Amino acid sequence: MRVAKGNTPLLIMGQDMDDLLSEFLTETTESLDVVDVELVKFEQEPNNAAILNNIFRLVHTIKGTCGFLGLPRLEALAHAAETLMGEFRDGVPVTGEAVTLILASIDRIKNILSDLEENETEPAGSDEDLISKLEIMSAGGSPEAEGLVEAVSESETVSETEAVSETVSEAVTEAVSESESKPDVDDSAAINVVERETKPGEVSLDDLERAFQEADGPDMDIAPVASEPAEEAKVEEPVAEPEPTPVEPPVEAKASDDNAAPAKKKESLKNQSIRVNVDTLEHLITMVSELVLTRNQLLEMDRRHQDSQFKVPLQRLSNVTAELQEGIMQTRMQPIGNAWQKLPRIVRDLALELDKKIDLVMNGADTELDRQVLELIKDPLTHMVRNSADHGLETTQGRIDAGKSETGQVVLSAYHEGGYIIMEIADDGQGLPTEKLKSKIIENGLLSEGEADKLTDAQIHRYVFNAGLSTAKNVTSVSGRGVGMDVVRSNIELIGGIVDLKSTPGVGTTFYIKIPLTLAIVSALIVEASGEKYAIPQLSVIELVRAQADSEHKIEMIKDTPVLRLRNKLLPLIHLSRLLEIEQPKSAEIIDLAATKAALDVAEIDGKPEDDEAEQPADMDVQAGIETPAENPREDVENGFIIVTQVGSNNFGIVVDAVFHTEEIVVKPMSSMLRDISMFSGNTILGDGSVIMIIDPNGIVQAVSSDLSSDEKKSENVAVHATDQDKPVSMLLFKAGSGEPKAVPLSLITRLEEIQCADIEYSNNRYMVQYRGNLMPLVFFDPDEVPNKEGTQALLVFADNERSMAMAVNEIVDIVEEKLDIEVGSSRDGILGSAVIKGVATEVIDMGHFLPQAFADWFQRQEFDQNKFAKKILLVDDSAFFRNMLTPVLKAAGYNVTSVESAQHALDLCEQEIMFDLIVSDIEMPEMNGFEFAEALADGTSWENIPIIALSSHSSPAALERGRQAGFHDYVAKFDREGLIEVLSKSHKPVGVAA
Amino acid sequence: MSNLETNSIEYMTMEIDGQLFGLPINRVQDVFIPENMTKVPLSNSEIAGVLNLRGRIVTAIDMRRRLDLPDREPGQSFMSVGIEYKNESYGFLIDSVGEVLRLKPSDQEPNPANLEPHWALVSSGVYRLEGQLLVVLDVERVLDLTSAPLAA
Repeated sequence: MRVAKGNTPLLIMGQDMDDLLSEFLTETTESLDVVDVELVKFEQEPNNAAILNNIFRLVHTIKGTCGFLGLPRLEALAHAAETLMGEFRDGVPVTGEAVTLILASIDRIKNILSDLEENETEPAGSDEDLISKLEIMSAGGSPEAEGLVEAVSESETVSETEAVSETVSEAVTEAVSESESKPDVDDSAAINVVERETKPGEVSLDDLERAFQEADGPDMDIAPVASEPAEEAKVEEPVAEPEPTPVEPPVEAKASDDNAAPAKKKESLKNQSIRVNVDTLEHLITMVSELVLTRNQLLEMDRRHQDSQFKVPLQRLSNVTAELQEGIMQTRMQPIGNAWQKLPRIVRDLALELDKKIDLVMNGADTELDRQVLELIKDPLTHMVRNSADHGLETTQGRIDAGKSETGQVVLSAYHEGGYIIMEIADDGQGLPTEKLKSKIIENGLLSEGEADKLTDAQIHRYVFNAGLSTAKNVTSVSGRGVGMDVVRSNIELIGGIVDLKSTPGVGTTFYIKIPLTLAIVSALIVEASGEKYAIPQLSVIELVRAQADSEHKIEMIKDTPVLRLRNKLLPLIHLSRLLEIEQPKSAEIIDLAATKAALDVAEIDGKPEDDEAEQPADMDVQAGIETPAENPREDVENGFIIVTQVGSNNFGIVVDAVFHTEEIVVKPMSSMLRDISMFSGNTILGDGSVIMIIDPNGIVQAVSSDLSSDEKKSENVAVHATDQDKPVSMLLFKAGSGEPKAVPLSLITRLEEIQCADIEYSNNRYMVQYRGNLMPLVFFDPDEVPNKEGTQALLVFADNERSMAMAVNEIVDIVEEKLDIEVGSSRDGILGSAVIKGVATEVIDMGHFLPQAFADWFQRQEFDQNKFAKKILLVDDSAFFRNMLTPVLKAAGYNVTSVESAQHALDLCEQEIMFDLIVSDIEMPEMNGFEFAEALADGTSWENIPIIALSSHSSPAALERGRQAGFHDYVAKFDREGLIEVLSKSHKPVGVAA
Repeated sequence: MSNLETNSIEYMTMEIDGQLFGLPINRVQDVFIPENMTKVPLSNSEIAGVLNLRGRIVTAIDMRRRLDLPDREPGQSFMSVGIEYKNESYGFLIDSVGEVLRLKPSDQEPNPANLEPHWALVSSGVYRLEGQLLVVLDVERVLDLTSAPLAA
């Protein structure tokens, strides 16, 4: 089914396959797709004879051809389905049940076809089940059917003899019946059908013949003749009105005539197109891409020679190339409706299954986009429509209760906007359940309650794009199977698209998808940072701003963060050189500057021809920038060119040293060795023959997202960020599992080791290594990973008391002192979240996940096993990360640690009169914060005299004072391990005596 | 297949920091002087950059870095050996190219046990030539940058 898609016809044309058969398969598959769609339409409009005729003709063609090719199984099935449809034509009311049955038969036909395609013979098997159901349905569908049918057949025979020249009719009838009778001999199922169906079958056969001829007969015959029954129909119509059933045939005859004309038109259209192998097209596109590159190269050369004699022919070549490129891109373009073809059927089946009434409205199906993109968007789209129908829309009863119309709507629309195609999938359902989502987010540890409370509804909604967040209570067969919107998002992002959503409770949810029209050729802005050139896709560029110290636009600093005032808004800035870690030492600057200037000169001369191609609003700015090159682009942080970029809802500015021109570039994939650098989406060859890296704005956003994640969030989270950023932490960077760099606070690690892979042993279902006379369990970041057979293996050793475990990593990269700013957003086990470390998005791993893998009781055993003289500390912190991070640190310092996740839990312990020597408590906690907690304890509890240390970094004098009043003995910044240990050792001494 | 072919392999020899290396000649696509190399920020240090070779983008691997040898002196000339691997083009940056030698596989010896780990990772064996040793490079292993020994 999947292989034989209409748009990949040549796939099924194996060399040795019979031409006729392959032609048949191609056409049939296309027809069946149409039937699918038509049938769903038909169910909604059972009285539309035109649709029915259309379906009928298609199925009949299939049946007829099957007989011709000797495919008895297909033929029998198609025949049975057709008989039932014949009943509809004869006025039997259309039921959903019947349509389901026919759809099921069509599915079966498709299955047989795909088998046929593979093996070139019909698969063995029986369709008796379906056929008998179809028969029962056609026979029992309406008890009076027979009588009616007979009457009908009579009236029809008359009109038919008039309508179609007898010779043709007879010839075809014979041909068909002949081809039918032949397979009948060797297929018992077919015999059954034909014998039993004689009566109703005969009638419909006649109909079929007529339909058949209309579709396939020579045009000349039909066109003039067709008008006759039409007139007849008109005469009979008045009579028809009062008694709908018996008069169906004439009406229908008229409809089929109406149909004949468009069918003919279609045919002539068909003759104007040819089928071309997709590979051939792909090859052509590649060649054109190369041609574009070569053209650019020639143009570049030409620029250097002002009065070259090649100027005119080059101009011509350039134009022709551009036209050729456009033309060839056109061949790749397909209406998006092709990707939607299956949706009506899916929604219909869904509606039945879920017992909902769903209306699928499709707007802009003729919007065209690149075939490659189309293929890639198909599955995510299907998934989203399903989602809307399943989760988005309420049940029928739910809708009635909500005062809405019974029938829910899913509206699919597509339109062009700039170089993008925008798709919207809107439902008028209940909207996303914000509260449910929120609790799910907290449950999955993506955010703490406090953090979740700070988010706006829209931000909460966006979490549906995170992995593992299905809100469906019940896993239906439709959705909620774990493959969720996160897959949709990553698929869309893969092709450079964006997905977003808007949800209003009770009114509905709308998903927006924005994807580029084509992937092959993009217009890119060529920029420079630290003497290297980079390409930034024009699509993500909103505008260019020239920043100068003495102008209105200047780069300002908030601490170390550069920002720009742009139209009353603050735009966060990122220095490209800093991001790519290519900042140069000062000494290189002078030489470099000369190069920059030379490059600028070149750009200045030729600016025009290139810019003509790319109609970008920011052109004026580029020109302005080039005409007055910066005196010294890197000298002053206040100067530079700012490329205002938008990715999703994030706006940010990329600061570069120089901006050149725009160029049409052909994106070439990165070498697999470089593919893990998320900052680049590919590379290309420029007109001057040099290779240039293409910046991926999505990658940049990911890398700096913690600083940027949309404006609102930033302002809301300022406090949190500020606190976390106060102190740098030593982090060990390493690579393990998938490519992304990973980090773990150095304080957790006892040793780094390197062992021979041969020393790794496997016993008791886990990997072990003999280490200092003991067996040390070895865990892998990726649980499915197996150790290499040879070579060496790098290990991170975590030790606690006499036990130790090792984590196998691919490579230890570095140790850095960096402010740890966790952008919480991971739902993957073993990952706490991502942080920007050395400008790269780095996953901070959760040792709390891995330690128990080595020793299931890693955390629990400590409590009992502890040296009883050790000081007991109670750690109160709502964040699992801090608890997991600090617990080992404190233990390593010789304390017996109990950690709880909220002040309330701590108070419970207090009530049980469990004593501690010290309490370390976070300040920012949901429900009861640290201050309240301290005050509660001071209020005559058994813990009244236990010193409390605040773990926070609201180190403002006011906060310190507030803390003192609340009863805190001291303040320690989070992540300040040294400071904490020191404060602890100071704090517990006097108390220790007392206790 | 003739006896000659089955019994001997042709190696293209090359010099890196004074040491002779060999690559099976059937793995070598071409030899070229790398020009106009573009550095790739954030990439592994072994990757010298990318460059355009007749319309194809070639990833250049600095063999000195790969073998943990000191970087070339500024101005010192170097060459590149073009390799196709899994439909991608690579260039091994080496100091100079030597002659082509026809050697018998039976003469090849395994890596000495004490061979420096960086070298042992990328070498599939050693030939004792007259006057010097030839280290055979294994293309797959040279290109498998994830197998780099522990940095620290």
